[in-house]
Order: sequence, then C-alpha cells, then structure tokens
Amino acid sequence: MKKTILGELEELVLLVVAASSDDVYGVPVMEQLQALTGRSFTVSAVHTTLYRLEEKGFLSSSVGGATAERGGRRKRLFALTAAGGRVLLEIQQMRQQLWQSIPVGKLELLGL
Amino acid sequence: MKKQQKPDNPSSSGPTSPRWADRLLEWFVAPHLLEYVQGDLQELFYKRVEQVGPTRARREYVWAVFHCLTPFFHKPLRQGTGKPISDYPQPAHTAMLRNYFKIAFRNLAKNKGYSFINISGLAMGMAVTMLIGLWIYDEISFNQYHKNYDGIAQVRRLYTDPNIQKTDGTDAMQFPMGAALKSHYHHYFKHILMAWWVSDYTVSVADKKIQKKGEFIDPGVLDMLSLKMLRGSYASLNELHSIVLSKSTSEAIFGDEDPINKKLKIDNRIDVVVTGVYADIPKNNRFGEVEFFSPWDLWVASNDWIKQNETEWGNSSFGIYVQLQPPISLETANAGINDFYQKSTPKEMADRAAKYGYEVFLYPMNEWHLFSEFKNGRAAGGQITFVWLFGCVGLFVLLLACINFMNLSTARSEKRAKEIGVRKAIGSLKNQLIQQFLSESFLVVILSFVVSMLLILIALPWFNHVADKELSLPFSNSFFWIISLVFIVVTTFLAGAYPAFYLSAFQPVKVLKGTIRLGRFAAMPRKVLVVVQFTVSVVLIIGTIVVFKQIQYAQDRPVGYNREGLITIPKNDPNYVGKLDVLRTELLKTGMVAGMELSSSPLTAVWNNMGGFSWSGKDPEVADDFAITDVSYGFGQLVHWQLMAGRDFSKAFATDSTKMIINETAAKYLGLKKPVGEFITFYDGKTSRQIIGVIKDMVRNSPYEPEKRAFFFLDANYNSASQIDIKIKPTVSATEALPKIEAVFRKVVPSAAFDYKFVDREFAKKFSNEERISKLASFFATLVIFISCLGLFGLASFVAEQRTKEIGVRKVLGASVLNLWGLLSKDFVSLVSIALGIAIPMSWYALTSWLEKYTYRTEISWWIFAVSGAGALLITLLTVSFQSVKAALINPVKSLRSE
Repeated sequence: MKKTILGELEELVLLVVAASSDDVYGVPVMEQLQALTGRSFTVSAVHTTLYRLEEKGFLSSSVGGATAERGGRRKRLFALTAAGGRVLLEIQQMRQQLWQSIPVGKLELLGL
Repeated sequence: MKKQQKPDNPSSSGPTSPRWADRLLEWFVAPHLLEYVQGDLQELFYKRVEQVGPTRARREYVWAVFHCLTPFFHKPLRQGTGKPISDYPQPAHTAMLRNYFKIAFRNLAKNKGYSFINISGLAMGMAVTMLIGLWIYDEISFNQYHKNYDGIAQVRRLYTDPNIQKTDGTDAMQFPMGAALKSHYHHYFKHILMAWWVSDYTVSVADKKIQKKGEFIDPGVLDMLSLKMLRGSYASLNELHSIVLSKSTSEAIFGDEDPINKKLKIDNRIDVVVTGVYADIPKNNRFGEVEFFSPWDLWVASNDWIKQNETEWGNSSFGIYVQLQPPISLETANAGINDFYQKSTPKEMADRAAKYGYEVFLYPMNEWHLFSEFKNGRAAGGQITFVWLFGCVGLFVLLLACINFMNLSTARSEKRAKEIGVRKAIGSLKNQLIQQFLSESFLVVILSFVVSMLLILIALPWFNHVADKELSLPFSNSFFWIISLVFIVVTTFLAGAYPAFYLSAFQPVKVLKGTIRLGRFAAMPRKVLVVVQFTVSVVLIIGTIVVFKQIQYAQDRPVGYNREGLITIPKNDPNYVGKLDVLRTELLKTGMVAGMELSSSPLTAVWNNMGGFSWSGKDPEVADDFAITDVSYGFGQLVHWQLMAGRDFSKAFATDSTKMIINETAAKYLGLKKPVGEFITFYDGKTSRQIIGVIKDMVRNSPYEPEKRAFFFLDANYNSASQIDIKIKPTVSATEALPKIEAVFRKVVPSAAFDYKFVDREFAKKFSNEERISKLASFFATLVIFISCLGLFGLASFVAEQRTKEIGVRKVLGASVLNLWGLLSKDFVSLVSIALGIAIPMSWYALTSWLEKYTYRTEISWWIFAVSGAGALLITLLTVSFQSVKAALINPVKSLRSE
C-alpha cells in the first residue's frame, strides 16, 4: 500500500513518539530528534510531520495542559495508534529481511 | 478564539520574542494550528534564552517563524488534521475570487459574439506586440553572444578636410599602426588584432569547392570573441598555415569525418591545415556570418602588396580590433589613444595628422549594430530608429486592442447594471467591484495570451522570413515567463481599469429602479477611443502607401544600362591569368552567350575611389575624388551603356589605354563646356588621360542617391579585372545557358569555383531594407484595421441592440430602411471623419520628414490621402452597415412586443 510508505523524517518522528512513555508534543520530539541524529530541525518541520502522520492515522492527538513558558497556550499531545505500531513493525520486518539477505562476510570485506 | 489571552507570562520583565514575528505568525498560520505551533515556539524560545542568550534566541525564533510560512500551515481546515477549534475558519479571500471567475466565465459563455471579438482582438494585439518585443530583444542583444561584449571595440579615426572643413571617419587603418599600438599602448588593451575584411573565399579540398566567408585576423580573436571551441583550443590559430572552421562549415566540407589536420586550399593558392572547430556563432552577431578564421600573418604572407605596406603609413586599408584590459574603461582608452598619430608615428605621418586633424577613437561593439550610420565620422543612429519605431507601433497595436476591450465592456455596462446594483445592495464595496472587473479582464487577458501564443507559433516562420531573423519563443527561459507575466498584468490594467472604475461607480438605487440613463456624455470616452483607433489606422494606411510608392519610384528609376541576362563571376583564381581570351572564345562557341567582358568592380557596386585629380578651371576648394572602374574593350557594348557624347573604347585606336570615359554627373561636376577631348591630370601632376566619351549615369550604388561622379579606364590586359561579366543571349533562357557556361569554366579553368550572380538580383537586394519595412508596415496596417473593425463591429451591434425599440417605433411611424441605416451609421461615420482630420496632417508631417532622407524621392500627392480616407470610410460603413441593416430589417412587431 502506497499510503503506508513513510519518509525518513516521518519514520524517525513516529519512532520517537513510540519510544516515549507519555504522550508528547512538538518540543520534546524535536529535542529527541536533535539528540539522536545531531541534525537540527525546525518547529515547523516537526509539526508538519506530526500532523501528516496523524492524517495517515498513525498518531492520535489530544489537547493538553498549558504552561507558563508557553504563554498559557495549550499543547497538542500525540500518541501512537495501533496502525502506527503496525507500520513500525512492518518496517522493522522488512529491514530485518534485507539485513539477513546480505551475504556473509560482505561487510567485513569492505573493512567494516 | 483568534485572540489569545496571555496570562501570567513569566518573563514579563525578561526577554520576549520579537513582536512582529508573532504578528506575522498569527496572521499567517491557520487558527486551528496556531495555538500549538506558537506554544511550542515560545517554549523553545525561553529554553534557548537560557542556553544561548536572548539575542541568538530571538534570531532563531524569527528563523523558525519564517519556516512556518508554508502552505501547510496556511491551509484552511484540512480534514482529519486536528479538530476545528474555531467555528469560523479564516475566510479565504480566494472564495470571492472564485465567484468572480465563475461569473466572468458565465458572461463570456453567454455573449459568445462579444467574447469572440474581445478575445480574438486582444490576442491579435498581444501577438503583434510580443512579436515586436521579440524582434526588439533580438536587435538589442546583437553581438551579446560574446562574453567580452563590453570590452571589444574597433579602431576608427576622424579626419577633417582643411579646405572644406568637413569631418569624416574611417575604420581602415595603416599596417604599422597595429605594431605601434602594441608597443606604446599595450597597457590599455588585452588584445590588439590586425584584421582583413570579412570576404568570400573559395575553400577547396580535393575536387570539392565551396564559397565561404572568412576572416584573416590575429590569433587572439578566438579568445577575444570567447568562441566555443569544439575541437582545438584558443591557441589553434598560432600556427601560420592554420584555419579554424565553424561547425557547419566543417560539416559542409568533411561531413562526419574528423576535420583536424586535414589540408585545405583557400582561393586555390593558400595552403592551410584545419586546427580547430568552433560552435557556429548565432546569426545576430557581427561575426555570425564568418565561417572560418585564419591568421592575419598568413594573409600578409600570401599578398605581396600587403607585405610591402608593413611599414608604410600612406596606405590605410586594414581593420584593427581591440579588447580593453579589464579595469580600463572605454573613456580612459579613448582619451589615451586620441592623439595616437600626433605622438606615436614618424614625423612625416605626424605632420599629416596635424594638418588633417586626425583623431583616433574606439567604436565599441555595443554600438556596431544599433548605431551603424556615421555622421561626421561619429556613430549616429541607424537601426536604433527602427527599434523605436516598431516599439511605438507595438505599443499602439496593443493600445488599440485594449481600447476595443474597454469600449465593449463599458458599452455592455447597461446590461450588467442590474448585477452591479444587486451586488452593491447586498454590501459589495466599490473596491470589491473593481476587483471583480479586474479579475474578469484578467481572465480575458489570460485566454487571449494563450491564443496569441498559438498565433505567434503560426506566424513566426513567416515573420522571420520577412524580417530576416531567426527568432523563436524562448519557452525554456524563465526571464521570458516573468516578462510575459508582467505583460499580462499590464494589459489587464490597460484593458480593465477603465471599465472597472466606470462600472463600479453606478448608484445602486437608480440602477435597480431601472431609471439609469447613461447621460449624454457617457458615450464620450467611447467616442474618443474610436477616434484614436481610427487615427492610428489611417496613419498606418497612408504610411504603407507612401513606402510602397517610394520603392516603386526608385525601382522605376532609369539605371542607364541593361541588366537583363547579365551575370558576374568573381575572378579570384590565379589560374585565370592568360586564359581569359580563350574563355571568351569558348563561351561564344556555345551559342548561349552574347559576350564576355571584364571589370574591376561588379555592376552593382563601386569598389575603387581615387582622389587628387585636376583639370582646367578646377576650383581648388572642391573635392577631387572620383569612382574609378577599369573595364575591358567591349564592356560598354555588353552592358549597353548609353553614350551621350563622344565614342566608346575601340580597338581601332591604339592609344585608348590613355583615354577615359566619364559619366554624366562627372561631366557636370567638372564644369567643362565640351568635356570630350579635355585632359584630366592625375595626383602626381604628370600622368593625364583624355576624355573620349560621356555616358548616362549607371545606377550602381544606392538607387535613392544620385550616382557618384565616375571615370571609366580601359583595361586592355585585364590587369585590374576582378569580375567576369557575361551576357546571356536574350533568346536563351538562363536555366539552359548556365550549365553550358559552367562546363566551359570547368574545362578552361578547372581550379576556379563557378560562383555566379545575376546582376538584376543583386540590384534588387538594394531594396531589401525598404521592402522589409513596407511588408511589415502593411502587415501592421492590416492588423490594426482589422482590430479596429472588430471593435467597431462590436460597438455597432451593441448600439443597434440598444436602440431596437426606437427603431421599432420609427418603423411603425413610417421610416424606411434607408432612413434607419443612415441613422445608425451616421454616428460612426462622423467619428471616423474626425479621425481622418487628425490623421492626415500627422502622417503628412511624419512622412515628409521620412522622405527627406532620400535624394530620389516620390511626392506625397493628394490622392494618397483621398484614397486612404475613402478606404477608411468605406470599411467603417461596411462594418457598421452589417449591423444597422440587420437592425433596420427587424419586424417592428417583434421588437415592440417584449413589454
């Protein structure tokens, strides 16, 4: 299915949301991504991705508590849905298959 | 929910995010997304303030805000994205626009006739304007193929005749000047290149011979012109016997074979080896015609007379091109070399320079094309006139098309008055109505633009042929699309502004009550516009007729000889020497040829001018230069020149090689009562020639100018001959004769190329410029008239429709069809008459000054104005009558029944 194909950033964001114990919103997702990849992301990119994932049905969202440093604005909290979990598993499976099909010793030959 | 409460901001005292960025964000981002995005941005901002300080945090905040300005955040509610926070999503202003376009489309579809007139008229106008735009772009970008466009120049000099105080200029320089420039002025220039003039050469390999235009010039030319070398490098011309070919030349000679290191012969005497190939230079460049380059030194080595001139300051025959050393400006270099002759030449030359007021200056490449005419030795105008002229015509045509649009829109306003009334009643602002009508005209303009693109694609091949250009629509050029967009917007405003403001000013109460009567002056602007349209049309009609007449006049001018069946062949092969008499005998034997003679210039040009002559009673103040042509014995008979006095050269008189024949202008100029028998002394004061005959002027240069005073010398041994002139018997057709003549040439001089030219065709080429103008002018005139008529047609049909009831009443009361026809047509005829009144003096004035350029010019007679005036009226009547007769024939019962 075409719809389940995820871009790199989408996959990363989905994984970050899946990895967090609580519901998360934009800023922590962005910080996690930055810490993991060492690349910098803008708020807009993260938000766009989150909403897109929600549109695809991999995330669900709810409105969460406001804090003072947000100027009293509420957060939109995201959580992984069952469909999101499934697509992550699918991706992992596919990757594993590919890993297993790498001939033995090929990477060693390249000095890795 | 749009305005957010911002309670207990922790940092009411600390640093805050930039307010304008917040405003921007709030304005742009869709409300159902705003809260969360802004919240996250703020949170991040305060974190960063602590980490990196307020300045950097602010900068990052702004940066992040900018990143939010994407369509994603601006979209009105997306399904499934969040939940609508607000019940009133930001109303997009596109909704109203959509409505405008819908109404516009419906209007177009409802009035198919008007839409057709509108769109086709506008499309035609746009097509013409764009064609002209392309043409102007091509003219202006002339020579810009070369990267060093701004730095390239040709060396010219001014000189003033101390006797008559007349300043003139030339681009022919002395041979040693190149070396002198290089040794004394090299700090100004990157390249100083000696060059011979671009001319035709026969390039041959084995038994293949082709005529190609070539340039002998110093090797730096490849670098100076930044040619794209497909083979070889910029050093390819450094070898003495080298030649660099253009790609098409290489293909013409060698086909697909690799040309490098192949041997060629130029004019069957200069041996060269191909060392490089360059991509063809586009045609709109001065060097675009050049098909090969060879080194200047090779040309010197191959021509003894040039070699002898290496240190000779008395012979000016060579071209010098320079490229400025980058930081040096043209002005600096000009100031530096201005007194070149006075400073850097041997004393004798410097004295002469002082006497004649020599001044050296650079003629930059960016003036070569547009300013190619010289006045007093300085560049003054030329092609630039036509750029302006056609630019104006293009604007006018577009203006006319826009006027149509305006006229039809305002004329139809009454029909739409109700719609406007309703719109205003439910709260439409004037601004919004203006927007509506502008978007409507935008739609029409876009449609017309598409149609005009198609029209251009169809017309371009023809236009290229007429204008002698290689234009194409640069679809891949983003600049072109930007210009097109600007063009569309400008046209939208030109065409739509007036109706938009006019229509939006209606008062709703009056309109809806149905009492709107557009006052007596409502139609005034419309009338003015019609008058403008027809003024332009009539001016163009008159202009076209006069241009035609001028060409006709010059073509009918007696040329003084008979060019029928005459062909010329350049005598450019050394093997002709000694074979010419054999050639003549063989040619006569074929029975196709009436005669063969030789001359030093072709019949359609004069290549030689000589000064320093003196004669009895000569006024020392007058110029003493004459056009000189050396001819063989039977030349006069061959071309049928017309003797007015004296006799032709004849073999019966052994001393004829010291005699000469002069033309009528020369006879008048000399001021001798009986020129035949008088002696003319040469510049050396010793040699002299006796005049034995006077002939009628032979038109050889411009057919618009008086022929130059000319001397004809006898050249019995063919020493100066450069052209072989052959007359084909009048009883034989050229297609029949040419193969036979060629066969003779192949037999007698197999090495020479048989490259013939018909004299009458060469003569016709002298009219090409004027013919081009006349063709374009008649094309534009036709279009303008057509566009004007389209507008008139629409207007007339509208007026007829408006007056249906009136016509019905009149018919019932007994008006005849003729009466009604007169009633409806009268208005338009009077408008066109006013236009005539304006157009005739205008065109008379403009054309008189145009004709003054020509010495031989036609008269502007009254019938031209009469014919074009009558024509304009007739066209108007025909256009209007169609509608008015139709209206007059309607059964009054039908038109009166509707209420």
